Amino acid sequence: MNILETLSKLATESGFAGFFAAGGWKNLVMIAIACVLLYLGIGKKFEPLLLVGIAFGVLLTNIPGAGLYHMGMWDAYVYECPYDAANDYALYNAAEERGYTQEEYYYYVFARGCGHTTEQIEAYFANMAENGSDLMTDVQALSTSDALDEDVVTAIDSNLKSELSFTDIIHLGGLLDILYIGVKAGVYPCLIFIGVGAMTDFGPLIARPSSMLMGAAAQMGVFFAFFGACLLGFAGNVAAAIGIIGGADGPTAIYLTTKLAPAFLGPIAIAAYSYMALIPMIQKPLMRAMTTEKERKTKMEQARTVSKVEKIVFPILVATFVILLIPSTAPLIGCLMFGNLLKETGVTERLSDTAQNSLMNIVTLFLGISVGATTVASRFLSLQTLMIVVLGVIAFMFSTIGGLLMGKLMYKLSGGKINPLIGSAGVSAVPMAARVSQDVGREANPNNFLLMHAMGPNVAGVIGSAIAAGFLLARFG
Amino acid sequence: MNTLALTAANLEVGDAGITAVLGYIVVFFGLVLLMAVVIIMGKAMEGTNKKVEAPAPAVPAAPVAPAAPPAPGSAGEVKLFDVPDKEAAMIMAIVADKMGKPLNELRFKSIKEVK
Repeated sequence: MNILETLSKLATESGFAGFFAAGGWKNLVMIAIACVLLYLGIGKKFEPLLLVGIAFGVLLTNIPGAGLYHMGMWDAYVYECPYDAANDYALYNAAEERGYTQEEYYYYVFARGCGHTTEQIEAYFANMAENGSDLMTDVQALSTSDALDEDVVTAIDSNLKSELSFTDIIHLGGLLDILYIGVKAGVYPCLIFIGVGAMTDFGPLIARPSSMLMGAAAQMGVFFAFFGACLLGFAGNVAAAIGIIGGADGPTAIYLTTKLAPAFLGPIAIAAYSYMALIPMIQKPLMRAMTTEKERKTKMEQARTVSKVEKIVFPILVATFVILLIPSTAPLIGCLMFGNLLKETGVTERLSDTAQNSLMNIVTLFLGISVGATTVASRFLSLQTLMIVVLGVIAFMFSTIGGLLMGKLMYKLSGGKINPLIGSAGVSAVPMAARVSQDVGREANPNNFLLMHAMGPNVAGVIGSAIAAGFLLARFG
Repeated sequence: MNTLALTAANLEVGDAGITAVLGYIVVFFGLVLLMAVVIIMGKAMEGTNKKVEAPAPAVPAAPVAPAAPPAPGSAGEVKLFDVPDKEAAMIMAIVADKMGKPLNELRFKSIKEVK
């Protein structure tokens, strides 16, 4: 046994060596980000139940050589293209999509083998005539280049498994790949919605149905951020996923992003959950700036009592009606209302209890760690992530503004009977946004109890963001 | 923009604007319709409850039982200073719960808001 050779092999295969490889520093940065997120979750208690899991997923996925999550494999799954398992590399079948000629295809294959990106290849084709390049000469040069990776060429040419299935992923993937199947299949967000439904009391919304208007108005940020993202050059599907951050609803954001722009799941989920934890800081200054002292002091009358039968009929009615209206909301609204029905029937207490506690905890655990795993350094550390973070806070702010404007309108129309502060609770983020309304209301008038009144727009916001997600899914899905 | 983002076409500014406005209208439309449905459901339930309550007077009235005497200790008045009735009731219920004693075994003399 050659001891030196063994030690050398151990050293080169260790994760530490990975930090010194090309782009290895990015992994170090991501590990530092994971530690910051862990501090925010544990030390500052920012949505700890999810943020701690997400942060630990970030940490695990960025340890070189751990092999728990394979970004290339998921790219290959999403874009239905050949997958090079040895290098975790998805070979986008852009060649076929773009209808290249035989010569162009040769160029594409060898250029990819030399590490050129699709963008660079496209630019080459676009400028070929201007530069006076000879395609076949360049193909020849690439095919004999030292940079050529024969595995990539073989992979493209032999047309490797062109469509990965979940079974392939279980065989080829790591632990977090397997857990991520639940996100990709849209299972976890829906199961969480069953738990959310089982924990939600729709009574305040049934008692004051006009709260729905505030829940609708508070979706303004979704569409404002969507428009902003389009202006910044994001594709429509990605812009839609970014916009839904303004819905302030984690499971909905994850569900829509998984369906429309899975490559952006990491930054979008982290932005969504971080801002939800920062809701008091984002909303309070806007609430004070947009309302007068007199408006904030408004005491609201007690809403009517809602009967048990109404509470049982409500989830059945809403599920049927909303799904008929926008069928693509079926998984989210269906699960939300199913959970709520379990709570309200009074005969399924065990199921309701499981949905609220055990199921919710297990799924939260899997969801957090597998969403965190998608934050692979090479993709996460980009200008796009920064833009998503900025657009996310804009989305939250405009959703708050939308809700407050509707609140002010209803204050005028009701002759000063509705406190406009409850409008900001329409951004969902149950029950944090309603608590913020309560806090700001009490600052103005210590005898003001807005919590139950704000719960109406708050739960209407959950339905509103699901409808917004359904619309975007129907438009870009 | 990375390769993955490029695989989907970018929207024209006009298209993006129309999609955003249309989306917002759809959300409003959906929730306004839902509001109407919930109001109708509320009215229907109210009507049903009234119908159920209506036959009650037809039943021969049972001899009126003499008013129950106040439970020991529950008599008397609580003086409230700057505290609404509902809040006072809530405070008394919480105190009873924390002390683990029934409310009628406790006597509250006054509740005053500390400013």
